[in-house]
Amino acid sequence: MSGREPHDGPRDLEAALRAARSKHKLLVPYVTGGLRDDWVEMVLAMAAAGADAIEVGLPFSDPMMDGPTIQEASHLALERGSTPASVLSALRGLDVGVPLVIMTYANIVVRAGTRRFASELSAAGISGAIVPDMPLEESGQWERDAASQGVQTVLLAAPVTPDDRLAVLCERSHGFIYGVNLMGVTGERPSLASSSGVLARRLKAATDKPVVMGFGISGPDQAVAASQDADGVVVASALMRTAMDGAPPDDVGKQVAAIRAALDGAGHEMSSPKG
Amino acid sequence: MSSEPLTPEPVPNEPVPNEPVPNEPVPNEPVPNEPVPQRTDGPVERDLMGVPDETGRFGSFGGRFVPEALVPACQQLEQAFRAAWSSPAFRERYHSVLSDYAGRPSPLTECHNLSERLGLRVVMKREDLNHTGSHKINNVVGQALLTLEMGKGRLVAETGAGQHGVATATAAALFGLECTVYMGEVDMERQELNVFRMRLLGAEVRSVRSGSRTLKDAVNEALRDWVGTVGSTHYCVGSVMGPHPYPWMVRELQAIIGQEAREQCERVLGGPPDVVVACVGGGSNAAGTFSGFIGTNARLVGVEAAGGAALGPKGVPGILHGMRSFLLQDEFGQIEEAQSISAGLDYPGIGPEHAHLAEVGRAEYSSATDSEVLDALQLLAKTEGIIPALEPAHALAWLVRAAASGEVPAGSTVLLTMSGRGDKDAEQVMSLLRAAGGTGGGA
Repeated sequence: MSGREPHDGPRDLEAALRAARSKHKLLVPYVTGGLRDDWVEMVLAMAAAGADAIEVGLPFSDPMMDGPTIQEASHLALERGSTPASVLSALRGLDVGVPLVIMTYANIVVRAGTRRFASELSAAGISGAIVPDMPLEESGQWERDAASQGVQTVLLAAPVTPDDRLAVLCERSHGFIYGVNLMGVTGERPSLASSSGVLARRLKAATDKPVVMGFGISGPDQAVAASQDADGVVVASALMRTAMDGAPPDDVGKQVAAIRAALDGAGHEMSSPKG
Repeated sequence: MSSEPLTPEPVPNEPVPNEPVPNEPVPNEPVPNEPVPQRTDGPVERDLMGVPDETGRFGSFGGRFVPEALVPACQQLEQAFRAAWSSPAFRERYHSVLSDYAGRPSPLTECHNLSERLGLRVVMKREDLNHTGSHKINNVVGQALLTLEMGKGRLVAETGAGQHGVATATAAALFGLECTVYMGEVDMERQELNVFRMRLLGAEVRSVRSGSRTLKDAVNEALRDWVGTVGSTHYCVGSVMGPHPYPWMVRELQAIIGQEAREQCERVLGGPPDVVVACVGGGSNAAGTFSGFIGTNARLVGVEAAGGAALGPKGVPGILHGMRSFLLQDEFGQIEEAQSISAGLDYPGIGPEHAHLAEVGRAEYSSATDSEVLDALQLLAKTEGIIPALEPAHALAWLVRAAASGEVPAGSTVLLTMSGRGDKDAEQVMSLLRAAGGTGGGA
């Protein structure tokens, strides 16, 4: 993974996750781009703490799939003057050792133009993109333009997605399949939704691409539970809450490390999940 | 979509032209602010205000930009609406509720005094006389009946001025449905009376404190609610906006305005008017009105609030609330906040079919400023004894201006949709007029 040259293009997200899942459960922490002056240090701390990929939010004014924590993080980032260009330029040339995936909303993509946006991601070394308000019927043009720039489009599957649609979605998603644990928006929940395991098993039966579950994973125990039937988890709101409480990047890193340790521990003692 | 099984082939995806690029035009992409090229195959006129294509497009606008979790619900709703709308029994029930409960047909009033003042012949479609005081009841009766058809027991709605919230709460009470209405904190302050009415009707009103704390944010919050409750809840969208099938469905449920008005104009004017004008926030009363006159030679005019004119010089195509349409936004795609005294028009977007009608040139869109609106409101009150809501006062403000400038020639016949009555705005208008020192009250 070392000695990368600028002309290499973005890292291959799916190849990296396929390799990593043979060693351990995947951990994909999230940070809102531009949240604080030191947000890039949070990215580095997450990578050092054992992230397999890092999801970077490009803040949007109207994040309808996000609960209060990410809404507030997006709002703070925008108040600080964060733009897609400023977030991407902070990442350009930065090799954190793991692939970066951006998460944003459709209007940010189409405002730039799908082709131009894809080339900007590629130039910043971004490996993948998650655009939750572009379902299958609307994402074709974006998927093609992203692929032409070496950027993989990660599609989301929901508990209500029927089997026929799930198959198409698994076919067209690249990098990984993002399984949404529950019917609802992002944000911490007291316990893992029962819909999580059901969807994870359906996805694993439908594809051999990496399956990563997200939404409502607040800490190590839920991460362990959610990854039991999947390849790994995304953790977002819990980390952003720590960041907005003013904790230094190292503390966010420690939180990621604790989840990493729990996932690794669970891997060794599958029969007795930590609790 | 059990009738149309998906295959591993790419799902039909209408090629949507790329968006305008702010700074560096890329070959094959439209340059900024020039109209997106229209498909030239087939007669455009015939398709106007018909059934949108399977992706819910009106030209290049519309679509279904929702998270995966909401796709099945949108598909279910589309199927339920198609079935219901072709069912004579459903239509009969819809029409009987509108006539026996809501008071339809609404009258067409010839405004002799106003006509004399403006040098025109003005008739008004009196949606202000409907039960609950606006055209919103037409839509919610249809959607509440559909909710029952789908076996759901709860409605969520967004509201700006409160008229759609009140109408939804009313239909919920009538049909025994639970009801939650999301309303921006700013709007709750300026429409306190409607908040009280909704609660009196048994609805829960939830205050929205995010973003601009107005209509746009209430839509976001209603969508967030719906993602979490979609199995038991129908999102009763209040205008011709949102993901497919909403823009089409709501237009159909409001088409009764245009159908009645067309017949009434035939009787009163002897044919369609020269000009049809209506206010536009999302644009449901305008869409319902226009649909009755789309096949005539009438000039169709939609009037937005000057501070929320998505089809004005500052609007750019984009994606918000499940649809591709014109939006107020910055160069990076962040949605900008609309500014208007009218909570019902305080929206940074516009229904996608209006974007299409504007693009093909069949309808035109203008705007009115807050002060023009206050003048128009007082004019109508004094000349006709009708106190309009702030929203339709925008349509009147345009008409006053267009009559004065000669843009609408003297002697023209004009249909104006009086979409709602002004009671809800009385307190706000009183303080605005006092602040302006122009209270007509003492005169």
